[in-house]
Amino acid sequence: MVRFENVWLKYRHEGEASLASSPDVIRDMSFDIPEGGFRWLTGPSGAGKTSLLKLMYLAEHPSRGRIELLGTNAARVSRREAAMLRRRIGVIYQDFRLLPHLSAYDNVALPMRLARKAEGQVRADVTELLRWVGLSGKLDRRPYELSGGEQQRIAIARAVVGRPKLLLADEPTGNLDEEQAERLMLLITGLNGMGTTVVVATHNLALVDRHPAPRLNLFAGRLVNDG
Amino acid sequence: MAERLTPMLVGAMSFLAALAIAGALAASSLAGRWAQDSGTALTVQIPQPDNPAAAGGANRLQAVLAILQVAPDVSAVRKLSGDEINALLKPWLGADAGQLALPVPAVISAVWSGGGEPDSLRGALDAAAPGTLAETGVRWAARVAALTGSLQASALAVLVIVAFVASAVISVATHAGLAQRRETIAIVHGLGALDSDIAGRFAVRATVLATAGAIIGTACALPVLFWLATLAAPFSGVLPDEGTAQLPFALWVALPAVPVAAAVIGWMTTQVTVRGWLRRMV
Repeated sequence: MVRFENVWLKYRHEGEASLASSPDVIRDMSFDIPEGGFRWLTGPSGAGKTSLLKLMYLAEHPSRGRIELLGTNAARVSRREAAMLRRRIGVIYQDFRLLPHLSAYDNVALPMRLARKAEGQVRADVTELLRWVGLSGKLDRRPYELSGGEQQRIAIARAVVGRPKLLLADEPTGNLDEEQAERLMLLITGLNGMGTTVVVATHNLALVDRHPAPRLNLFAGRLVNDG
Repeated sequence: MAERLTPMLVGAMSFLAALAIAGALAASSLAGRWAQDSGTALTVQIPQPDNPAAAGGANRLQAVLAILQVAPDVSAVRKLSGDEINALLKPWLGADAGQLALPVPAVISAVWSGGGEPDSLRGALDAAAPGTLAETGVRWAARVAALTGSLQASALAVLVIVAFVASAVISVATHAGLAQRRETIAIVHGLGALDSDIAGRFAVRATVLATAGAIIGTACALPVLFWLATLAAPFSGVLPDEGTAQLPFALWVALPAVPVAAAVIGWMTTQVTVRGWLRRMV
């Protein structure tokens, strides 16, 4: 499902001709996550958690190594195939990344519209999901009219509306109180129970302890334990 | 800001393009007419026309007329009257050139369809009446053709430069739009939008702005073109009806091509710019 083989990552900054002078943010990383698996992604700030997730949702290309996602070698896909692959991956970003000019409904509907789903199906699925995350009364609100927790739930609904095979979450409980965090974890574990592979990056070790699962623990861009 | 300037700048480019097209068509049309008229005109001057011809018998004028009337590629042979010659000389010699007691040659006009210079005809005329000059507009026509070619090449160069500048303007505006919407594009791209989806959105907008600008720019050029057509009317051989100049049909066909070209440039430039930008982004 997700396989990293000796993966390295350096960021190319604008104007830099080569990567030689950039530091490695991911170093020689190898692991496997089976289909339907769940992994916590832990480690201190700057350990490389967000960078690792970016590689998983194809926002970055590895500088070395091989990444296999959903049975596809990520290095060999065309740009069109990469876009199709992204549609099968749901991402919950740390900063939500909602489009401010779209309503809650339209933000959640966006992945389905990009996939050119029929508007009737979009309406049914989006309405259902917004009810599921407790926002059925706020379909027309813009993100800036909602609280942090409500924005987070819209981001979650958008991430799962396309029924992704792989769900990636970057600090999904960072803006939620304990009760909301628990509700979110129930949603995520519920999706995982239905076969979605899940990777959740978090600092919240109490949350990890309450929901025991294998961990990918990072330190300074290296995987210090897997399992 | 750059996006708002796009219609104005494309409009200015279209204004220049319309003038360049009109200039090229006018040069071509006028040169064609002048080259046709002067290239086929044959003018023969016979000094001392009443003196005896070299072979004796008829006078020099009659000998030359006899040769011209049977010469191949020569037609419409006609001796100019005294009044016609006086009218030709009037700008140089004054109103009463006929009374200056100058030895005025006889002048014959004819149509020459031989293509090149009539060298053998000149030899025959000079033998019959030494000193006779036969001139065609062939060399003049060649110079006019060369001038026309240069004007058309210049117009083409102007069109290429205008297209290049318009493309650069659209590219800069597109880059500005991309930078402004970078976050939104990154989100939509991350959700699985195709490059063609994103490029298509930008291209539609750029095409609409470029086309609107080009329509306005071309429309603004029309009064100028009518004014130039009025100035050029005496040279075109067609007098305007009641003072209103006519634009040639070819120009009415060519002018709508300016907005169409602007639309194509807008669409293609934006597609290339956005797709290149997306490739650099991820």
